[in-house]
Amino acid sequence: MRRYLLPAALLALLIGAWQIAASTGAIADLFSLEPYLAPSPAEIAESLWENRSLLAENAWVTLREIVFGILCAVAVGIGFAVAMHRWRAVHDATYPLIVASQTIPIVVIAPILVVWFGYGLPPKIFIIALICFFPITIATLDGLRSVDPEAVKMMRALDASRWQRFWRVEAPTALPQLFTGTKIAVVIAPIGAIFAEWAGSSSGLGHLIQSDTANFEVARQFATVAVLSAIALALMGLTVLAERRVIRWR
Amino acid sequence: MRQDTSMEPESGQSQTALTSPAALPNIEGGVSLTALRHSFGELQTLAGIDLEVPAGSVVGLVGPSGCGKSTLLELICGLREQTGGMVAVAGHEGAAERLARCAFMPQRDLLLPWYSALDNAALALRNQGLGREPARVAAGDLFERFGLGGFEAARPSELSGGMRQRVAFLRTLVAGKPVLALDEPFAALDAITRAEMQEWLAAALRSDPRTVVLVTHDVEEALYLCDRVAVLSARPGRIVAELGVPARRAEDRDAAVTDPAFVAAREEALRALHGGSR
Repeated sequence: MRRYLLPAALLALLIGAWQIAASTGAIADLFSLEPYLAPSPAEIAESLWENRSLLAENAWVTLREIVFGILCAVAVGIGFAVAMHRWRAVHDATYPLIVASQTIPIVVIAPILVVWFGYGLPPKIFIIALICFFPITIATLDGLRSVDPEAVKMMRALDASRWQRFWRVEAPTALPQLFTGTKIAVVIAPIGAIFAEWAGSSSGLGHLIQSDTANFEVARQFATVAVLSAIALALMGLTVLAERRVIRWR
Repeated sequence: MRQDTSMEPESGQSQTALTSPAALPNIEGGVSLTALRHSFGELQTLAGIDLEVPAGSVVGLVGPSGCGKSTLLELICGLREQTGGMVAVAGHEGAAERLARCAFMPQRDLLLPWYSALDNAALALRNQGLGREPARVAAGDLFERFGLGGFEAARPSELSGGMRQRVAFLRTLVAGKPVLALDEPFAALDAITRAEMQEWLAAALRSDPRTVVLVTHDVEEALYLCDRVAVLSARPGRIVAELGVPARRAEDRDAAVTDPAFVAAREEALRALHGGSR
């Protein structure tokens, strides 16, 4: 109970303070803004309700990008981690490149990918997967490395093939770290989605934020961010649920 | 008479009761080491070991820590390659052939937390290609016998230290190999549980004799469980004494270990051990 009560209380406190500061005009006065540029939480909630179908439509687009992106990232991340663990040469050859891939500024590469792949789903999935596969790869690799060599020896003595050693000892050992990497990925994926949509899209929450910026629709921008946060939280919750279902021995 | 069953295992009447599914090649493999040497790079761990473990006998290896006892066991099992000399299991010298004939029980139980006690015990059978259910049935037959009845579905974390060790031993036994290589199997247990487990292992070996190489740092354990005990020196390990044993898995452990012959043997072993490490 405490786990939910405490963050909820803190959130209520922050929103309450914001509501007072915005509705009294304190924020607008402080920055010398028109009042509609500093909306109160109540106004944001109103915008959220009024624009519910528009937000839902665009949220669906972004959610699809995020889910496909994360699924690709998990597949690629596991693939890299297993290959790097299995073959030393693969590890040595790819590790620096994998780290370097994370220094590529998404804002630079995203427009290029849009030129290459068009306005559709593929460049979004690619960009999300590009930033999400990294924590999954590194965490899973660490997980595979943490396998007890004595346990592997024991399996060899019990007639296990390499394949059986992998499925019965190494893979279960690495599972908790795979989930750790995925949890990080799930939280950063929405950021990737927004950048990807900014580079070129005709729908999605990022696209909506972009056009609202141009039109000074500040209340709806906040509402869109709230929807995006809700997506991240929901995906996080799903990942934790999956983790509890799969790793039942802890 | 009890001593004889351990020496002539073919006469063991309950052999089939303890062994799992197929008829197992229980005791046909002896272990033979000739001038066996091993080094880790510059560091010499074993300096010429000569040892015969006749089929169906239990031989103990005692020695100070770091003398290469565990390395020797891994060499026998084909988990490691020697630097020189010869090691043969049932006449086979190849590492893969040795591995196929030796069941290795590591120091820590290494039960896999994602499997139930039963699935841990059945691990070797699964690796050998048996389906999940037949493997469970085969391993499950021995659970009652090993004092594990009712704990088939328990997770390893729910078992006591002694029970975990019994599951680990069962897992080793069920692999169906003629030679058991036990690496300090009870070292992690408290003294009382350890004594119980020794008595229990003695009973298991009386009813289901195998060729056993038992590594331990506990002289009493070696003298109680083994037919012969080899004392190793400090690194680089070599055999400094080989002792015959008076107790040989007697049913009443307490009586056996206080017997004057046993006490004398223990004195002798300790003398050899201390002489060897200086």
